[in-house]
Amino acid sequence: MSEREIMTERSEPREPLPAPRVGGESVEPVAAHDGRRLESPIESEVALGGRHTDASKVSGSGIASGGGRARFGDRIFLGLSSAAAVTVILIVVLIATFLLIKSVPSIADDKVNFLTSTEWGTDPGNLRFGIANLLWVTVIISLIALVVAVPIAVGIALFITQYAPARVARPVAYVIDLLAAIPSIVYGIWGATVLATALEPVQRFLAHIPLPLFDFKQPNSTIFDGAVVLAVMILPIITAISRDVFERTPIANIEAALALGATRYEMIRMAVLPYGRAGVVSGSMLGLGRALGETIAVYLILSTVGGPFSFSILRGGETFASKIANGSAEFNNPQSTGAYIAAGLVLFVLTFVVNSAARAIVNRRKDFA
Amino acid sequence: MSTMTAPPSSGLTFSKARGLRKVKNNIATGLVTLAFGLALIPLIWLLYTVISKGFHVIVDAGWWNSDQAGIDFKTKGGGASAAIIGTAEQVALCTVISVPIALLVGIYLVEYARGPLAKMTTFMVDILTGIPSIVAALFIYALFVTTLQGFRAGWLVSFALVILMIPVIVRTTEEMLRLVPNELREASYALGVPKWRTIVRVVLPTAFNGLITGIVLGVARVAGETAPLLILVGYSTTTNTNLFNGFQSSLPGLINDQFTNINTPTGQGVYHLDPVTGKRVAGTVANYAPDRLWGAALTLIVIVMALNLIARLIGRRTKVA
Repeated sequence: MSEREIMTERSEPREPLPAPRVGGESVEPVAAHDGRRLESPIESEVALGGRHTDASKVSGSGIASGGGRARFGDRIFLGLSSAAAVTVILIVVLIATFLLIKSVPSIADDKVNFLTSTEWGTDPGNLRFGIANLLWVTVIISLIALVVAVPIAVGIALFITQYAPARVARPVAYVIDLLAAIPSIVYGIWGATVLATALEPVQRFLAHIPLPLFDFKQPNSTIFDGAVVLAVMILPIITAISRDVFERTPIANIEAALALGATRYEMIRMAVLPYGRAGVVSGSMLGLGRALGETIAVYLILSTVGGPFSFSILRGGETFASKIANGSAEFNNPQSTGAYIAAGLVLFVLTFVVNSAARAIVNRRKDFA
Repeated sequence: MSTMTAPPSSGLTFSKARGLRKVKNNIATGLVTLAFGLALIPLIWLLYTVISKGFHVIVDAGWWNSDQAGIDFKTKGGGASAAIIGTAEQVALCTVISVPIALLVGIYLVEYARGPLAKMTTFMVDILTGIPSIVAALFIYALFVTTLQGFRAGWLVSFALVILMIPVIVRTTEEMLRLVPNELREASYALGVPKWRTIVRVVLPTAFNGLITGIVLGVARVAGETAPLLILVGYSTTTNTNLFNGFQSSLPGLINDQFTNINTPTGQGVYHLDPVTGKRVAGTVANYAPDRLWGAALTLIVIVMALNLIARLIGRRTKVA
């Protein structure tokens, strides 16, 4: 009853109240969350500070003009919103639990070492699956994406915050955010049909480097192709977070650099980059988390190859996510399904670790800021 | 060595350097500008590809009011109506479930949160933000299909999308509610209004546009999700409006289905049925899958971009008001 009441009352005409300032501009919810705009740092601080204590004290002291009814309403509302919060926690716990209990039987029946084998055979009764190959491809494709994306993202963030005049900066930021709005399946078909062809000469060139990483196996549909597309896909999130930290560089640091006679580049090196380093690192890790779990783009771009394990990035392959997507047709018995769920569990743990590390860095930084 | 100049227009005053320092400064400026240029390449290239290959498909009225029944890669025509209906239904169910939960979580975090439950919730929302869509899909599969013996259908996709949509809306809601000036809450309390009515009548209406922005962004986020479709519902070429029974088409599903056929050889030795006489005719047959592939991709981009634009406009109106 109470829930319906909220919904209806919310849609009533607005009361004549001062409208809030909207700070978050980026498409990324993460960035929006972390972003305190330079435009109104003071307002944000005021809005953030002191409210918890003040507001709760006022309501806690129970100005109960409505008497018991008000308290009853409060209790219901608190109950509802706490229940929603608990639901979110429960979802994460359930995900971990279900992935675990559904994969353990298959891992127990595995005839080869789950962690070190490069085989992937999921015939019921003869389970021979290991994650070594998947782990290598997942990690290397994401790391290459990161290596390509981070310098460009930092460059764009500097361009927006330190170089471009305000009326240029806003559209530029919007254009970068557009990259985040394109669905990943569209990146996938574009990467597989258009970009992969264009990257062929690059790969033939890379093949000249005498390292196992660049053993030439095939000219397209390779890990390298996938990595380039992933780099484009994670660019907006790294840019958004770097932009937010660069924007918040204390003006005193900047002025100190200027007082020493710094050029713009020297000011950036002395004031902006040291201040924003943690933000860049955590933005990169959020990007890494996204790259590790990206499914459909990788699934469409990479060709699946058999054969012995190879370190080469100039070949096809499968990541955890694309393996699961490729195997969805085999989900017809608990044992095979369990093998894929085990791969999903490892992916979950991997992204969990990377994302919480990124968050820890962001949050610690926020305390200092 | 360096002289300070003070151009009246600029807020910051940089030193004019000479020699190596000047070179370094110029290189840095060049690199930073180049970075932006580099990022533009894939965006323009991708949009150009999709628009140039897909535009002629979606301007055809048949694209919007027919499905893919009886159409294979050798057949021209067919449309996205089944796919649009499927995507709309799956996203609608997802939104109906996600919005109340996410709004309440946002309200909890801003208005009530204290102690370990609040910390835990914030952390879990962060984790949820980073969960790969394929993992969300696997979880729904493990829960509803493996454990509860359900069948693959559209509503399972909606459930997987809920996991992806909730954190988006929670984050924006949180951000927007924090921007509501505290004075408004205090004024309301001072009039003796209980806290829950303050939230419902003062806080939420003030942040209303921002909340809608968050919801629209959430919809845009999940509308293009493909991974759950692969695992949780089969692809259907015909229109199926029933979310709870049978396979369903969807825009990403349509793209994925056409993609499997774009390289199918259609050269010599392939027979096709002549559309007029109905007889088997040997010879080169055009492959029409790429047309539909890019048409569907453009349709999806148009929808998602439109949603983003709407979200942005609503957000901007708040700022102006």
